[in-house]
Amino acid sequence: MKVLVTAVAENGQISKNIYRLSVKFDSEIKPGQFFMLKTTDNAFLLPRPISVNDVNENLVSFLYRLEGQGTKKISSLRKNDEIQIFGPLGKGFEPDKLLGRVAVIGGGIGVAPLLYLCKVLGKKADVYLGYRDKENMYIIDEFKSSARRCIVVTEDGSFGEKGYVTDYISYDDYNVVVTCGPEIMMSKIATICRDKKIKCYVSLERRMACGMGACLGCTVETKTGNKRACKEGPVFDSEELI
Amino acid sequence: MANLKTEAMDLKFKNPIIAASGTFGFGEEFSQIYDLSILGGICSKGLTLTPRSGNKGIRLWETPMGLMNSIGLENPGVDKFITEELPRMKTYNTIIFANLGGHCEEDYLEGIYKLNDTNVDAVELNISCPNVKSGGMAFGVKSSVAYDIVSRVRKICKKPLMVKLSPNAENIPDMAVACESAGADAISLINTIQAMAIDIKNRKAVFENVYAGLSGPCVKPIALRMVHEAAKMVNIPICGLGGIMNAIDVIEFIMAGATLVQIGTANFIKPDIAVDILNDLEEFMDNENIKSLEEIRGII
Repeated sequence: MKVLVTAVAENGQISKNIYRLSVKFDSEIKPGQFFMLKTTDNAFLLPRPISVNDVNENLVSFLYRLEGQGTKKISSLRKNDEIQIFGPLGKGFEPDKLLGRVAVIGGGIGVAPLLYLCKVLGKKADVYLGYRDKENMYIIDEFKSSARRCIVVTEDGSFGEKGYVTDYISYDDYNVVVTCGPEIMMSKIATICRDKKIKCYVSLERRMACGMGACLGCTVETKTGNKRACKEGPVFDSEELI
Repeated sequence: MANLKTEAMDLKFKNPIIAASGTFGFGEEFSQIYDLSILGGICSKGLTLTPRSGNKGIRLWETPMGLMNSIGLENPGVDKFITEELPRMKTYNTIIFANLGGHCEEDYLEGIYKLNDTNVDAVELNISCPNVKSGGMAFGVKSSVAYDIVSRVRKICKKPLMVKLSPNAENIPDMAVACESAGADAISLINTIQAMAIDIKNRKAVFENVYAGLSGPCVKPIALRMVHEAAKMVNIPICGLGGIMNAIDVIEFIMAGATLVQIGTANFIKPDIAVDILNDLEEFMDNENIKSLEEIRGII
C-alpha cells in the first residue's frame, strides 16, 4: 500500500448516479481490495473508501455512486486533475479458496468489486446481478464476457428478470457463494448458505477514517471478537459474522 | 539549517511532532508507509487496565472540516500492550508514550504500576474518561477532581507524566495549574470536544452514546486559544493538539506557547502527513531565518 498524488486518467458517468474513475497504478492489486480516494483540495476532510472495479495492465478503475459531498466532489474531477489515492487496502477475496462451482452475487453498487474477481476467476463463476431498474444498471456487458453465466434481475422488471436477485439463485448448484451489496441481501444469502452448508463470503461496507486499521471506526463484530473491515476484511467468511 | 530538537519532560525529542493517541494505533500500520523514526514521538492508542471492545453502532461521522468519533476506547488492555505492542513500538526509534485512561482511581494506579516496570518512555494520562464513582462526570472537568487523580498517579509513576486535558474542563487555566501543582511534567491539550449529530430521517442521535468527540481542523481555533490560555499560567511544557493539518498550524501552536505538538485527525486524511509537515516546517524556518523554535515559542 502506498499514498500517491496522481493524475486522473478517466472520470465519467456510466449509469444513473454511477461513475467510473481510473488512474495509473502499477503494483499488485487483489480482487476485493479498495483504495482511499480524496481530492487534493480541502473540499471535504476524509478520503472515501472505494473498491477496485477492474485492473487493466497499469490502470486501476473504481466505480462509485453519488452519495454525498465527497463522491460529488470526486465526480467533478476531469482527466489529468490531481487525486490522492491510498491503497490497495484490505485483504480482499481469495480466489484460491473459491473452488468448485462458484456463484457471485451483487446488488446495487455492491456489483462493482465483483467484476475484477470474475476476471481473475477466469469465466468460471455464475454471476447474479441485482439492480433497482434498467436506468440504474451498469457494466452487465463486462460481466457477460467475464462470467460463465450472467443473470440480471431488476426490481421493476425493466431489464432481465423481475424482483430481487435473491429469488433467482439456484443454490444447490454451487460449492461457494460470494456476495456484495445491501446488508439485507447479503444476510438473506448467508442464512440460506448456512442452511445448505455452502461456503459463503461477504464483502462489507463500513464508515472508515484511516482505511488501514488504526482508527477502529469500521469494527465488525465476529465470533472471535472485533475485526476491522478495512484490515481483516472487507471480505469475511459469513460464518465468522454475528 | 533549522534545529527542531526539543527537550521536555527530561526527554530529548528529535522534533516536536508527535502522533496523537487514537489516530495512530500502535504505529504498526503507519510503519509500512514511512519510517517512524523521523517522528518526535508516538502516543499509543488509549489504554485501559483491562481490554475493552468499544462502542456499538456508528463510530465515525464526518462534519464540515471535522470528524466525530465514538470508538469507546477499544483497546487490548495494558498487559497485552506491554507484551505485544510495546516491544515493537520501541524499535521505531522514537519517544513512546503509553496513553492511559481509567474509570476509577484503582484503574489508573494499577495501570501505572504495570507501565513502571517497562521501557516505555513516558505516560500520557487521559483524564477525559467518565469517573464511575462520581456519576460518570469525567475526571478532567473539575480542577479539584483532576488534581486528586493526577497527584495520586504522580506519587507512584516512575515515568515522565504528561496529562491530557479535556476541552470540556470547567476552566482551562485553573485545570492547567491544578495539573502542574499535582506534579505533571507536561500537559497536552486538547482532547476531543463533546459534540452531537442527529439523523433527522430516523429521528434519533447518530451515535448510540448520543454525544461523541469532535476533532479536526474545525476545532483548531478553540484548541489554539486553550493552549494560549494554559501557556500563560504554567511553567511546565505544553503539548498542543487539535486540528493540526500542516506546518503553518504547528507554527501557530508554538507561537501560542506549545513546546510539542500532536498530529491527530490529519493522519487519516493523508497517512504520511507527518513527513510533509516536518519538511514544510524546516523549509518555513529556513525561509524565515528561524534557527530554533525557542525563538518563536510563546511570542503571542
